[in-house]
Amino acid sequence: MTNQDKTLAAGLAATAPPPAAEPDFDAQRRQAFWRRVRGHRGLQAGAAILLALLAVAVFAPWLAPHDPNAQSLAYRLLPPAWSEGGSWTYLLGTDQVGRDYLSRLIYGTRISLVVGFGAASIGCLIGVTLGVCAGYFGGRIDSLVSFLLTSQLALPGLLLAMALVFIIGPSLWVVIGIIGGLHWTYYLVVTRTSTMRLRQLDFVAAARAIGSSRRQILWHEILPNLLNQIIVVFTFEVGIAVLAEAALSFLGVGIQPPTPSWGLMIAEGKMAIFHRPWLVVLPGMALFLLVIGANLLGDGLRDVTSPEKRN
Amino acid sequence: MLRFALKRLGLAVLVALAVSFATFLLLNLATDPAQAIAGENAEPELVAQIRHEYGFDRPFMERYGSWLADAVRGDFGRSYYWHDSVSQLVLKHAPPTIRLALMALMVTVLVAIPLGVIAALRPNSAVDRLALGIAVSAQAIPNFWLGLMLVILFSVMLPIFPVSGDTSWLHYVLPALVLGTSSVPAVMRLTRAGLIEVMGSDYVRTARAKGYRGIELLARHALRNAILPIVSVLAVQLGQKFGGSVIVESIFAINGLGRLTLQSILGSDIPTVQMLIFIFAIVFILMNFLADVLNALLDPRIRMG
Amino acid sequence: MDDTSLLHIDDLDVTLPTAAGPLRAVRGMNLSLRKGEALGIVGESGSGKSMTALALMRLLPPGARLRAGALRYAGHDLEAMPDADFAAQIAGRGIAMIFQEPMTSLNPVYTIERQMTELMVRDGASAARARERALYLLDRVKVPDPAHRLRSYPHQLSGGQRQRVMIAMALMTEPQLLIADEPTTALDVTVQAQILELLAELRQEFGMAMILITHDLAVVANAVDRVMVMYGGQPLESGPARTVLGDPRHPYTRGLLECAPGKAGRHARLNAIPGIVPSLVDPLPGCVFGPRCAHATAECRNGDIARTPRDAQGWFRCLHPQAAAQPAIATRANTADTGVAQPPARPSADIVLSATHITRTFSQRKGIFGKPYQVRAVDDASLQVAHGETVAVVGESGSGKSTLARILLGLDDPDQGEVRLDGRPVAGLSAAERARLVQPVFQDPYSSLNPRRPVGEIVARPLALHGEAGAADLRRETLRMLERVGLPQRVIHSYPNQLSGGQRQRVAIARALILRPRLLLCDEPTSALDVSVQAQILNLLQDLQEEFGLSMLFITHDIGVVRKIADRVAVMRDGRIVETGPAGTVLERPSHDYTALLLSSVPTLAHAFAGAA
Repeated sequence: MTNQDKTLAAGLAATAPPPAAEPDFDAQRRQAFWRRVRGHRGLQAGAAILLALLAVAVFAPWLAPHDPNAQSLAYRLLPPAWSEGGSWTYLLGTDQVGRDYLSRLIYGTRISLVVGFGAASIGCLIGVTLGVCAGYFGGRIDSLVSFLLTSQLALPGLLLAMALVFIIGPSLWVVIGIIGGLHWTYYLVVTRTSTMRLRQLDFVAAARAIGSSRRQILWHEILPNLLNQIIVVFTFEVGIAVLAEAALSFLGVGIQPPTPSWGLMIAEGKMAIFHRPWLVVLPGMALFLLVIGANLLGDGLRDVTSPEKRN
Repeated sequence: MLRFALKRLGLAVLVALAVSFATFLLLNLATDPAQAIAGENAEPELVAQIRHEYGFDRPFMERYGSWLADAVRGDFGRSYYWHDSVSQLVLKHAPPTIRLALMALMVTVLVAIPLGVIAALRPNSAVDRLALGIAVSAQAIPNFWLGLMLVILFSVMLPIFPVSGDTSWLHYVLPALVLGTSSVPAVMRLTRAGLIEVMGSDYVRTARAKGYRGIELLARHALRNAILPIVSVLAVQLGQKFGGSVIVESIFAINGLGRLTLQSILGSDIPTVQMLIFIFAIVFILMNFLADVLNALLDPRIRMG
Repeated sequence: MDDTSLLHIDDLDVTLPTAAGPLRAVRGMNLSLRKGEALGIVGESGSGKSMTALALMRLLPPGARLRAGALRYAGHDLEAMPDADFAAQIAGRGIAMIFQEPMTSLNPVYTIERQMTELMVRDGASAARARERALYLLDRVKVPDPAHRLRSYPHQLSGGQRQRVMIAMALMTEPQLLIADEPTTALDVTVQAQILELLAELRQEFGMAMILITHDLAVVANAVDRVMVMYGGQPLESGPARTVLGDPRHPYTRGLLECAPGKAGRHARLNAIPGIVPSLVDPLPGCVFGPRCAHATAECRNGDIARTPRDAQGWFRCLHPQAAAQPAIATRANTADTGVAQPPARPSADIVLSATHITRTFSQRKGIFGKPYQVRAVDDASLQVAHGETVAVVGESGSGKSTLARILLGLDDPDQGEVRLDGRPVAGLSAAERARLVQPVFQDPYSSLNPRRPVGEIVARPLALHGEAGAADLRRETLRMLERVGLPQRVIHSYPNQLSGGQRQRVAIARALILRPRLLLCDEPTSALDVSVQAQILNLLQDLQEEFGLSMLFITHDIGVVRKIADRVAVMRDGRIVETGPAGTVLERPSHDYTALLLSSVPTLAHAFAGAA
């Protein structure tokens, strides 16, 4: 700690209290945390957006006015209700085979969230495991993992994902698995750096001195200190996974019709883009909303849990 | 310095080998290439014939070995789907992608770095918040959607830039814009964070104590240090743009390597896809190597060990 | 103002913005310095000593507010001076500053030559002349092979060498005032002595004034003419060094002097100052030291205390000054006896720790493919600790003491040699058995506790790990332990980042003792703490040693601490133990040159006053 930090730290320390009043440190700490949360608009906005979308996904059957797969060839390519030619039955219009766009958008939330959280979880498992092992054990294991990392980074992710999904057979779970299996590098880098730093700290040595086994140290001492960062990376990875799936579906090598993936909806609407731009604009905005919600949440969480590292 | 470069080169070769092996493994084990080439409804005899013709019936390691031997000699095989040698295909389709990647990098540099620098010099000011806001938004926009929006905008409403084809350099403006903006958030944040850290460092404090201020302080005592991480990131970004160009090339109808790869995938031409992916990886590894060398040139701590 | 006055500060205030409110880092600072004079500003962390210097040099963090009644340097009004002028004329030219962290204060990507000569060249000198002066100064600061060093980069130099370069760099422009902010704190004792001597020589030669900021009273005593003592942002006492340190008036100054472990003998209690530094956000009215002062009265809380002058332009801010005739300060917590030295307990034949011929070699490599070379961290070291005894291991950085500590704790295996605890080889013990025999207390209170666990869990963990007791028993034991180390019960729910450094160290001690180990291995446990807190912790350790029948192995670089707590001493250098023996013998009549060097390098108050007599 620099002298300046010491001054600040010393200056903010609680006074030796007179015997009567005993300040409640836990309440103070909780209050400080919630104060930071309340003051952080980005965090609140992000959390609100994600919760709203989560609610939409969960309550889709009740929110959607129509069955997203119900085709109605008589009412193809209707514009949104407020444009001329639109109808209030189909609030946001219909697509090229007459399916209600609003319902498809709503159900599409499910796809995106499932892919986002699923792929991010798989990536988390792989990346954190590798990162902690590399950071804690060092030496050969670290060299090996770094080598793996460079190799993984060298591979063109999107192209490889496309190829794999296509040849294995496009389906929701294949997409989740492949995106997750190719997006673990961020977790690795973050956990490896932090683990390497944590390993040197004295409380780890103290844990060994009292007789903790390696497993106990990793689980009890190291991992809890990584959780904050892992959660932050997780939120960003959800956004990345959502966009990756959208790109794959857009190019035709992801989720297949008739499932209402937003990326797929954009691809399907691409043909009529000049006359019926809403087919492309609406799903794109939905994607944007989801990803920006996740990113704001991630940024906010990072600011709030480690305020000295505001970025 | 030379020793350092050689060490790095050695590592690069190892990574290239690993990547080639992984790609070969993934693509050839996930499916039967002969079946894929022949098509779903092909008769078994045709499939068997293709299998033998392409040598898919040989043991795995032998196939990998001969593939590698060929690749090293520059023989990248022949594409069943395109009826052309892969090398020819690559040579024909590479220039547009190279142009695109370079222009996209220029976009990233011209937008992200100045934004990052200004934001770092006035942390938590209005400019800083604006820059971060731009970063957060740009990160959330699906780039294929941005591409489509630009297509709508520039073909219907504002016909300045062409939205299809790759004959003139004007054709590259919009695609480069889309491809470039996807990296702007990350590079901007990195620049900002790096510069903030440098400006808060002890050696900048020493310079301030000596009376250095403003632009002079920045240029003489901060820039060289802050640039170090950015240079490697940019080199890596350039490498990634080659592989990441597929979406932009599809939307804007540019006949580059990305589009070639997509079509090969859709055409089930596994050997070609494999080769193309390997080539993209080589480009990235090369860029990574370049970044390492640049880093060593700029940072005495690295080149002296 | 007369011709010899160089610097005059009157009523300086510095306020820093923080999340909790404006922090009054410096209040009512008054300072006068003549040409060629050396002033030492002494204080613990949070005293405002560094902030004063930063304010002077316009290096305050953004958002900080500075306000002064007068701020004059060599006739210039510094407060009103436009920044462009200040940067061009004063900063680096009239007033130069060197900092505490030599490892990071030089730009890593430029050569030494460029960094040293750039100011002179910028101000119009030719590159050749600047280089010549740089060579001359590097030689003057005793950097070997100056021509080669000019071409080097900072990372190729050691900490001591970097600090010498910083000094040389500061002198390039012939400044009239040099501000040195803790210039030797991060360096080894032997290097520290050299640097201080160097600064004194240079001052004489160049007729330069100096402000030396430090927390170490002894350093100040030897190196400066006048001393100012700061606490909580305010200067409390000032005057000639001999007067302030030999015959102080302010209770805080007296307290600081009493705390310094070098004075008291073995087994004596230090008169520690109870409590901790107050919060500087919204400070209470009245004397800033009042809450911790045994002599404070209601009057002291009323308003700002005015300065009471003393002879030779000294002064102090106190309504109840303590003159020499009074006994040592009666502190609140110290109801027990004071300085009577008890005869040392007879060393028992029961050997708790026995380390024989320990050798540990590390293979290091430069870079990934570099050729590996061997480093002998510990070289044939042997030592013993008997029951109830305290053995101090003294050494500087690179001596191998930390490696030895890890080996003795059983956290690392020696390449050769054996460690026995209670007669049993450590290698053969299970982790649980070993944990019951030896426990550590580490140096850095900020990294020795898991930030994500509350104190109660940290202290109870050793018992919980060994499956000892149920939840109720754990809680009871934890509370008992916390009480024994002097912490209030409510701390059981607190997290480490809510506690001060001294409190954290107490938690670490509680954790170490909850298993009732036979040996406590302390690795610089008080080095990172303020002097007043250090005294509290040392007292605590001594009390606990008696109560629990502990043996202690104490690693330290501070000879004063050694004098206070050690029965026997081992001196380490470059991995070898160069001398061992009873504390009295080793410290008074060392037989090895290195020990003698170490002892003579340590600045003490006695040296200072002896020299001046």
